[in-house]
Amino acid sequence: MLRYMIKRVIMGGVTIWVIITITFLIMHNIPGNPFAKEGKMTEAVYHNLMSYYNLDKPLGEQYVIYLKNLAKFDLGPSTKSKTRTVNDYIADNFPVSAKLGVTAFSFALVVGILLGIIAALKRNRWPDYICMIMAIIGVSVPNFILATLLIEIFSLRLGLVPTSGWGTVSHMILPAIAMSMMPIAHIARMMRSSMIEVLGQDYIRTAKAKGLSEGKIIRRHAVRNAIMPVVTIVGTTFANIVVGSFVVENIFRVPGLGKYFVQSITNRDYSVILGTTIFYSIILIVAYIIVDLLYILIDPRIQLTNSDKKTSFFKKKTVESKWG
Amino acid sequence: MKTEFEITPDLFEKVDVNLKDAETINRPSLTYWKDVWRRLRENKLAMLGFGIIVMLILLAIFAPIVSPYTYDAQSLKERNLQPNNTHWFGTDSLGRDLWTRAWYGARISLLVGFLATGIEFVIGAVYGGISGSFGGKVDNIMMRIAEVFYSIPYMLIVILMMVLLGAGLMPMIIALVITGWIGMARLVRGQVLQLKENDYVKASEALGGGMLWRLRKHLIPNTMGPILVNLTLSVPSAIFAEATLSFLGLGISAPMASWGSMANDALSGLFTGDGYQLFFPAFFISLTMFGFNVLGDGLRDALDPQLRR
Repeated sequence: MLRYMIKRVIMGGVTIWVIITITFLIMHNIPGNPFAKEGKMTEAVYHNLMSYYNLDKPLGEQYVIYLKNLAKFDLGPSTKSKTRTVNDYIADNFPVSAKLGVTAFSFALVVGILLGIIAALKRNRWPDYICMIMAIIGVSVPNFILATLLIEIFSLRLGLVPTSGWGTVSHMILPAIAMSMMPIAHIARMMRSSMIEVLGQDYIRTAKAKGLSEGKIIRRHAVRNAIMPVVTIVGTTFANIVVGSFVVENIFRVPGLGKYFVQSITNRDYSVILGTTIFYSIILIVAYIIVDLLYILIDPRIQLTNSDKKTSFFKKKTVESKWG
Repeated sequence: MKTEFEITPDLFEKVDVNLKDAETINRPSLTYWKDVWRRLRENKLAMLGFGIIVMLILLAIFAPIVSPYTYDAQSLKERNLQPNNTHWFGTDSLGRDLWTRAWYGARISLLVGFLATGIEFVIGAVYGGISGSFGGKVDNIMMRIAEVFYSIPYMLIVILMMVLLGAGLMPMIIALVITGWIGMARLVRGQVLQLKENDYVKASEALGGGMLWRLRKHLIPNTMGPILVNLTLSVPSAIFAEATLSFLGLGISAPMASWGSMANDALSGLFTGDGYQLFFPAFFISLTMFGFNVLGDGLRDALDPQLRR
């Protein structure tokens, strides 16, 4: 157990290092110079800029400097903005993203699991069909389309909530729904199939036989066991929401990190792209590790080794979304 | 004790055994794939998805050929026209015919989906197959490498690759393949590990079949079921990724069209009452995703050995 945990953390560390290296190399091999566009610059200014960003040094040295700064949690200055560093971007905008993301994440978990339970209990009756139609729609409609649809209906037509912006709770409703729809669909399907499997188990019949009430059986026996497989896709859900934030924050003009990440890509602000990518990767990988460890903690029956060799392909009812 | 019952040879009668008759097959034999097809056909939702995909492919091939307009011809007199008899889906803010653009965009979106998935399959099958066949240390190292890449967030890599390679169709496919092959490799490797101990594979090895021969002739064909499900579900996620990137302005560059970039172009029209411009690309993206997802689900159920009767 402990050995597995240590191994998992080390693997996570290696992955983060690989990401840092790859991202660094990509960002420093993009054709063109970040300062080439500003043509009126004098020679001296250009040299000062190059040395300020360490771009005049050999690549290897730049890499070492970057790693050293990174160890001090210093992601360096922005290439485009004269006043804000990459750390500023993250410090100012990540809390907004986190607030929205956590809201969407909790919403997705609660609604997804509830829908899954309802669908399983009312199997092959209308509540089941409604839940599953919703799940299919959730998988089929991309979040940017859902977002525009929500704006059209609830903001432009009905005028219930503001179209875009940030500040009040009402600003958060639509983006959170748009971001959580796809995760809801995945979770609901996973929960439904897992719940159906559990409801057919002997211990459920035993519980019925000893006279437990329906509600108690569902709460105490069925849901607790059925929720296990759902935990495995929580990591993917988290990644889904992070990626969803790139699009959704842009549409709703939410001043979160996702919006600035996309903006930095269109602006070619290399150091912000580099820093933000590394930041996101670390968050996601730490989340994956936590989910993995959590899974072992709540289900001691889990085999730690050769897990993908033993589970049949068809056992995994939900596709591992590549969206992570 | 005496038997009153005499056993005489004439009690025994030779049954008219015609060996030829026993050999004749009364019902048509059902191969594995025929059986899968039969079970898939019973699944109405999956067949609906299949029909939608076929229809979309046919329209994507023929609609731009038949259309009198080209995807990039601008006509400033005919800007923002509502759908009508000449422009079935209307025109956009530059006066381009949206019917033509929608199906031209379908070509790009479907091409990205199929091509990326196809390349992923080849790379993934070879990598996973080799890893699984060797086993042991080689497998361990190869899978560790794949695992590192697998845990890197997919979209981040794709976005980085688009930044590095620039916008366009080929960079998009490369970016999608770079991260997409790993899922396939893991799947094939897992299946190969299970299958390679089977007698027919051992027999092939004993008869001198090399590793690649065994992979090509025995292991991969026997993994085709799960692979096919994976492929069917990979296509929509590639199309989805393409649409998202194009929507963010990181994908297909103008004047080329894909559903994602059309949705992006149409976004400003939403506030000026030209919502129809957004409707068509949005509808077709969703329809495609729906088609592939239900077909993939249906295939999975049709191939599932536990559900077979």
